[in-house]
Amino acid sequence: MAGASEKGLNALGVADIRDGLAAGDFTALEVTEASLAAAEAASDLNAFITLTPEIARERAKASDDRRAKGAALGPLDGMPVAVKDLFCTEGVLTTAASHILDGFVPAYESTVSGNLRDAGAVMIGKTNLDEFAMGSSNMTSYYAPVKNPWVGPNGEDLVPGGSSGGSATAVAAQICPAALGTDTGGSIRQPASLCGIVGMKPTYGRCSRWGIVAFASSLDQAGPFARSVKDAALMLGVMAGNDPKDTTSAPNAVPDFEAALAGGVKGLRVGIPAEYTMDGMPAEIQALWDQGAEWLKAQGAEIKQVSLPHTKYALPAYYIVAPAEASSNLARYDGVRYGLRVEGDTLDEMYANTRGEGFGAEVRRRVMIGTYVLSAGYYDAYYVKAQKVRTRILEDFTKAFQDVDVLLTPTAPNAAFPVGAKMDDPIAMYLNDVFTVPANLAGLPGISVPAGLDKDGLPLGLQLVGKPFDEATLFRCAQALEEAADFTALPKYLGGQG
Amino acid sequence: MSLDKNDVRRVAFLARIRVEEDDLQPVAEDLNNIIAWVEQLSEVDTDGVQPLTSVEAMAMPKREDKVTDGGDPDRVLGNAPDRVGDFYAVPKVVD
Repeated sequence: MAGASEKGLNALGVADIRDGLAAGDFTALEVTEASLAAAEAASDLNAFITLTPEIARERAKASDDRRAKGAALGPLDGMPVAVKDLFCTEGVLTTAASHILDGFVPAYESTVSGNLRDAGAVMIGKTNLDEFAMGSSNMTSYYAPVKNPWVGPNGEDLVPGGSSGGSATAVAAQICPAALGTDTGGSIRQPASLCGIVGMKPTYGRCSRWGIVAFASSLDQAGPFARSVKDAALMLGVMAGNDPKDTTSAPNAVPDFEAALAGGVKGLRVGIPAEYTMDGMPAEIQALWDQGAEWLKAQGAEIKQVSLPHTKYALPAYYIVAPAEASSNLARYDGVRYGLRVEGDTLDEMYANTRGEGFGAEVRRRVMIGTYVLSAGYYDAYYVKAQKVRTRILEDFTKAFQDVDVLLTPTAPNAAFPVGAKMDDPIAMYLNDVFTVPANLAGLPGISVPAGLDKDGLPLGLQLVGKPFDEATLFRCAQALEEAADFTALPKYLGGQG
Repeated sequence: MSLDKNDVRRVAFLARIRVEEDDLQPVAEDLNNIIAWVEQLSEVDTDGVQPLTSVEAMAMPKREDKVTDGGDPDRVLGNAPDRVGDFYAVPKVVD
């Protein structure tokens, strides 16, 4: 199957493949084989924990059969996609990149991956991530780190960001046109920025969380990675929707996000939050941010300065709320019902041995922090205080959105960094999410768009944050940024080129 | 506030995570770095502010209280590390 034509297929995006399949230019099986071959060729990047070639070929053939009968299902029928290994997939190993889920094969499919499956999308594999989605580098995976397809100025290996680093790498390296991620504090947007692709976190409640391994339930949201804004919009349209199995999933109708891309940004009010100018932020990130505002202004948007006074408290509030919820959610990993069991003389010993061995260092750290801030005597001082600060942060956004339609900020305070860096300083690692965490705390949609390269030739993203359930405006503005940025640089490693 | 070895021992027990005696002090220092950093929240005036419990402005949906699934022990127990009949098996908890 390997041949020159497949190199072309790997470079195609979601909309290209949809149109090519509809026109009969190629089959779903051909596109799928190109993805699987690229995944094999790029195995050195370690983007996948599990490849699922049998499932992929079976679904691709079924898609081609449907199409031959004139019964194609929609825009994603026959589309190769990668799925973060945090989504439970029926009959397919699901690890959350943790030792403690050794051998776990769910008997059910997460709603979001199921929505893709039911729309005819072709899962090619489960992607690597930080253990339980806790990290900004993919260094905490039990299955070894992912490498960013972009390399450093001296050829050094770089992290893809995290936690959805495997999904970001799979899309950036052109293994597949789109992938599923989850974002609790920036885990879609930050790796999208570091890998030079588009990553979108929808409004809290837009996508069902059912069947996604839970990290922090009030913050977790599923979202897409793709190489264009339009492709991300097509993905979200299929992923989103109300689900009775998740009571936090919103009953709001899902708009036609692709149709919403038209119209431009003339008259759109774009807010620049003053507090996102951080001490020590590289000058080139500030310059790119200014450039982004200029690009939107040139297309007719109105640029307004806004204030989000509690921004600096978002990250410390997050590092109370998220570990607290994680300590509760991760209580289920007890060696009794699934995954690893490390024996002990008593039930309590068995629990402690299983969890001590099964969780990696960062997960143990966060579960213990969470346990501490929820424990008697500290609950009000830490947890309740953080939830009050969260109210303040939400109020800041609500006030700002009285004057503007979207906010423009950098996505991350730095470009991709070397594999292994920041590992001895958890707070330095946490600072990677300083610009992304506030949207999670307030439940708002956010998107990262590749906007330029730094002095080392590494991608940098700009973030747009929108009003609740106004992803349509966010996509429209993101597309205006995308057109102006005209980001065409490619990483060193492209799966389709072996 | 900062944690000492005894606090870490207590938190580790509550979290059911085995921490070796020799690791208690390094873990205490590690956790204290983070606790000291999050304490900057005390600078924020939150008098009269309600803690945020949900970002969503919607009422919890309700459904009829009836069984909609079940009766499939083999699917439920399929991933169990140890089972006896239709039960999860654990180390003995009573003598």
